Amino acid sequence: MSVTTPSKLQKMIASGNLAVTSEVGPPRSADGAVIEHKGNLIKDYVDAINVTDNQTSVCRVCSLACCIRLKLMGLEPVLQMVTRDRNRIALQSDILGAASFGINNMLCLTGDHQHFGDHPTCANVFDLDSIQLIQTVKMMRDEGRLLGGFEFAVRPQMFIGAAANPFAGPNVAMRVSRLAKKVAAGVQFIQTQCIYNLDKFKEFMKLMVDRGLHEKVAILAGITPLKNVGMAKYMQKRVPGLEVPDSVVRRIGGVPKEKQAEEGITLAVEQIQELKEVEGVRGFHIMAIEWEEKVPGIIDRAGLYPRPQLA
Amino acid sequence: MIKAVPKPLEEVLDLVKDFTKVLIAGCDGCVTVCEAGGLKEAKVLASALRLYFTQAGRQAQIDEISLTRQCEKEYLAQLSDKMDAYDAVVSLACGCGVQYMAEMYNNKIIYPGVDTCFLGVNEERGLYSERCQACGRCILAETGGICPIARCSKRMLNGPCGGSDAGRCEINKDIPCGWELIYERLKTLGQLDRFEKPVDPKDWTTSRDGGPRKIVREDLRI
Ligand code: SF4
Ligand code: SF4
Repeated sequence: MSVTTPSKLQKMIASGNLAVTSEVGPPRSADGAVIEHKGNLIKDYVDAINVTDNQTSVCRVCSLACCIRLKLMGLEPVLQMVTRDRNRIALQSDILGAASFGINNMLCLTGDHQHFGDHPTCANVFDLDSIQLIQTVKMMRDEGRLLGGFEFAVRPQMFIGAAANPFAGPNVAMRVSRLAKKVAAGVQFIQTQCIYNLDKFKEFMKLMVDRGLHEKVAILAGITPLKNVGMAKYMQKRVPGLEVPDSVVRRIGGVPKEKQAEEGITLAVEQIQELKEVEGVRGFHIMAIEWEEKVPGIIDRAGLYPRPQLA
Repeated sequence: MIKAVPKPLEEVLDLVKDFTKVLIAGCDGCVTVCEAGGLKEAKVLASALRLYFTQAGRQAQIDEISLTRQCEKEYLAQLSDKMDAYDAVVSLACGCGVQYMAEMYNNKIIYPGVDTCFLGVNEERGLYSERCQACGRCILAETGGICPIARCSKRMLNGPCGGSDAGRCEINKDIPCGWELIYERLKTLGQLDRFEKPVDPKDWTTSRDGGPRKIVREDLRI
């Protein structure tokens, strides 16, 4: 994988080092200091910072504004974009806006249905889906063209990412197929859904490697530390497409309440250690949900700190 | 066919409570099939309203009728000599029928008596489900005969999303994931090669995004 954009994340991946990304969730108010604080907490431990886009359909400060803030702080943001709330005019407009501030990474998502969020009675958009968003940003970058046909000179230099969920239905083979479709659309890196079933993830990666897809797209394995057994059970039962094996629930539940957070972090560190050895894994994406302060410790204990300094 | 459900009785009562002469107009088309607005339902609603007025100690004339189709002028015209006798009409046709009646009887109060829901099928009696959103450019040939616009909660053209779970849609365990159905059917038909080819952004101008739609069939017009 060669460097084709000014993205620092792409450069890290291309260098052959394991890349590390994490994410910050914007606040549900106009408080700009929150993102600044969260960004500062993790900045020395990661190569790039995702900003979620109204995740789980809960209205928050927009991803673009937070990414600009991080960029102005000298950090490397990954703009998450869902197609749920904006049509192709708004999406392309935001991509141009992000690029005008030198934002060089994007994560193209369809987004959770609004049914999950704080405005379940709203209309949704879904003019495009994630794969069409990948196609769109690729066209803007490589051809200098909007979907409507307009040609422009200053192109957005985006390193294009997307998500993949090896655990969703109907089976692992189809999940690899769908990822192949994202690769065909132009995706360059993938941040996976949180992994708890390592065997299934390895099966997924094996199919990826068998098809040579791991050469075409960089897979960053998704890791979410569990705070307590309640969270483990919630994720097991209530989050569609997520797979938490009983053994994980038992392990977190098997220690006293006040030790469960520590056990969750240890588990996350062990998962990273094990997944480092899996062929095709090019890095990690740590999603510590409203627990950003734990990210440095996990990365440190997993042997991913200090981050390599690239020229 | 168009699927509808009867509006709650309280809602209809609230619409007509100040009138004394009300016609309940059913339709023999789609709403008869889904048992929401045919002659039978018109009779049931009329009796309920009569009971309400009797119990309220008020004189009222509530009649019922059903027309062959309320989406056609020649059938709506059958009401022309009756309309003057009523203060208001509750139409049990779909939204098209209600509007067409109102267009034809401009100075008459016409209220809807059903909630028009979707284009769907009869899975069983009393169990109807959506199949089509009339997007105006059918792509069923590419998707194994299963419509991603109507049957994927996010109308994705490149599904399934990461929320599909054991064949179920992320928004509700009672909803089959449209894209898992498409995948399985393409597999059955030996057309899985279609699955890995990205589908370009859709032209929605033929859908409602293009504004109110009209079909002009010159070949049929005299
Ligand atoms: S593709 Fe369009 S016309 Fe065909 S079934 Fe779906 S919504 Fe209806
Ligand atoms: S789970 Fe299936 S039907 Fe539901 S939104 Fe995702 S792809 Fe569409």
